[in-house]
Amino acid sequence: MVHSESLGGDLQLVHLSKIFGTFTAVDNLTLVIPKGSFFALLGPSGCGKTTTLRMVAGLEEPTSGQILIGEKDISYERPYRRPVNTVFQSYALFPHLDIFENVAFGLRRRKVKDVKPAVDAILSLVELDGFARRMPAQLSGGQQQRVAVARALINRPEVLLLDEPLGALDLKLRRQMQIELKRIQVEVGITFVHVTHDQEEAMTMADTIAVMNAGKVEQMGSPTELYENPRTTFVANFLGQSNLIAGKVVDRAGDLGVDLYGNRIQVPRARTSTNSESLWVGVRPEKINITLSDKPVLAANVIPGVVTDASYIGVSTQYLVKTAWGEELMVFEQNLLNSGARPGDSVNLSWDPAHTFALDANQDVDAGVEVLEADS
Amino acid sequence: MRARRWLPYALLIPGILWLAIFFIAPMFNLGATSLYDPTGSLDTGYRMTLHVANYSDALTQYYPQFLRSFLYAGIATISALTIAYPLSYAIAFKSGRWKNFLLILVIAPFFTSFLVRTLAWTAILGDNSTFVQFLHTIHLLGPQGRILATPVAVITGLTYNFLPFMTLPLYASLEKIDPRLIEASSDLYASAFTGFRKVTVPLSMPGVVAGTLLTFIPASGDYINASLLGQGARTSMIGNIIDSAFLVRLAYPLAAALSFSLMAIIVALVIFYIRRAGTEELV
Repeated sequence: MVHSESLGGDLQLVHLSKIFGTFTAVDNLTLVIPKGSFFALLGPSGCGKTTTLRMVAGLEEPTSGQILIGEKDISYERPYRRPVNTVFQSYALFPHLDIFENVAFGLRRRKVKDVKPAVDAILSLVELDGFARRMPAQLSGGQQQRVAVARALINRPEVLLLDEPLGALDLKLRRQMQIELKRIQVEVGITFVHVTHDQEEAMTMADTIAVMNAGKVEQMGSPTELYENPRTTFVANFLGQSNLIAGKVVDRAGDLGVDLYGNRIQVPRARTSTNSESLWVGVRPEKINITLSDKPVLAANVIPGVVTDASYIGVSTQYLVKTAWGEELMVFEQNLLNSGARPGDSVNLSWDPAHTFALDANQDVDAGVEVLEADS
Repeated sequence: MRARRWLPYALLIPGILWLAIFFIAPMFNLGATSLYDPTGSLDTGYRMTLHVANYSDALTQYYPQFLRSFLYAGIATISALTIAYPLSYAIAFKSGRWKNFLLILVIAPFFTSFLVRTLAWTAILGDNSTFVQFLHTIHLLGPQGRILATPVAVITGLTYNFLPFMTLPLYASLEKIDPRLIEASSDLYASAFTGFRKVTVPLSMPGVVAGTLLTFIPASGDYINASLLGQGARTSMIGNIIDSAFLVRLAYPLAAALSFSLMAIIVALVIFYIRRAGTEELV
């Protein structure tokens, strides 16, 4: 609409690094973010996701590497010359300007003659018709957030950057805004790059998620792919919860046969991200069936244990089950299939081999666990 | 709950008493004095004759000094703003760990008396001072030219003396500006200069208004700078006239009428200014 000359291309980060003194915030990052996608950079605080975003916006200069939109290198372009706009974490609305002037700010700087139709249209897109003459301080958090989105979107940037845009909202409003932002993105078709530490938020909104840790991308893919087939212990723990059990490969014919402290289980080859003999075998808590030990088991991979804790939380019952080697495994059982297991009962945990994944044992089993807790 | 209702009023009492004794009573007294029969004296006593002509006499006789006061104070205010804005901007945004040290330097002159500081300027601007000699050398000043005893000296003194009153409120309002707003403006296609003009300046207006008022008001009533650095009738300000009317000529009704006129004019100017600046919430 405003940007008629389209650079028409993907956002590419090529060997991008940012070093502050002795701290490497972003470490040789290479990413391609396809045009028109809703992309999330997910990670704990301090993982470098915001620094990456600020480099794309031009608010931080890269120590090395390149940022390209299509063919054009914008790495050292001034922020006000980039076809990129940002929705800031604190919204950063101009307190001395009313909503209309806040939204029109970018157009006025580019000497657009008649801004009124565009401002009215964008305010109605974010459902704030009639708010044009209010001041930012008179708006609620959710409304301010939508003004911030409108103020950035009205410029029709090649890429819209969102820096934890929903962090300041309460849970209910946040859920509502997630759906709203997704709707807007589909409607305008602009590339959205969304930085967040909230895995549920990233999974709700993004087509593609890059999980970042310590300045690097741990894994990138669709929410389903990341959740179902994590390739590192960090992703397995940071995105949802995982049971990780130490195992040894005993059979490589077809699917992997793995020994877990004397229990033989199967892992599909496609879900194994290592050639190592020692593995972390992972399974998500909701994929596990729990059955009392005198009942038939429901799937091929089986581990016996004793229930140590059961909490009924409405949608599911969450069990902690202690195995023979002392590890406590989490099991979420839908309240549809009531096993009747109670603390102290001997049970069998069973799951489908297709729900098993295997990671290289040469990584910290707790990576991504403590950061998640420290963050929330 | 009930006991608390009178508490705010009780807390107001010391302030109200203070104002009543040290502000309202003297003002009333001054107002009365300005309407006394001017032919009286301290020895013979004054008669209250509601002599309104004291005011017209004061204004017709001394309007040049009034005008000069507002002119000098106005120029000094603009000079102080010109110096203080970049200074407070640098302290607020660019000084890093030197911030507190620089703020102390701004306040440091208050550790010596106003009078002593102004006297120091007579040495700096004196005919044989290094500064004036230098101006002679580079021919910026003619062989007979001087700085002391000129309007330049008075305005320099006023600017210097009231600079902290300009700097501190400016600093306070600049320092409050969220740097993310500047980032947001650059993200929205504003160059550094445009961002400054459209975001920083409007948001610092409360500081500009407070600083200019705190400089202009005392500067227009000041008499020390004119008397020490101006040294003569050609540069005397209204403060000097009031000073001599009260303390030398003992013409109390005239002095009181001058004081009241000065106050009324300043109040009118301030109201006009605040309306124009559009920061009513300041008062």
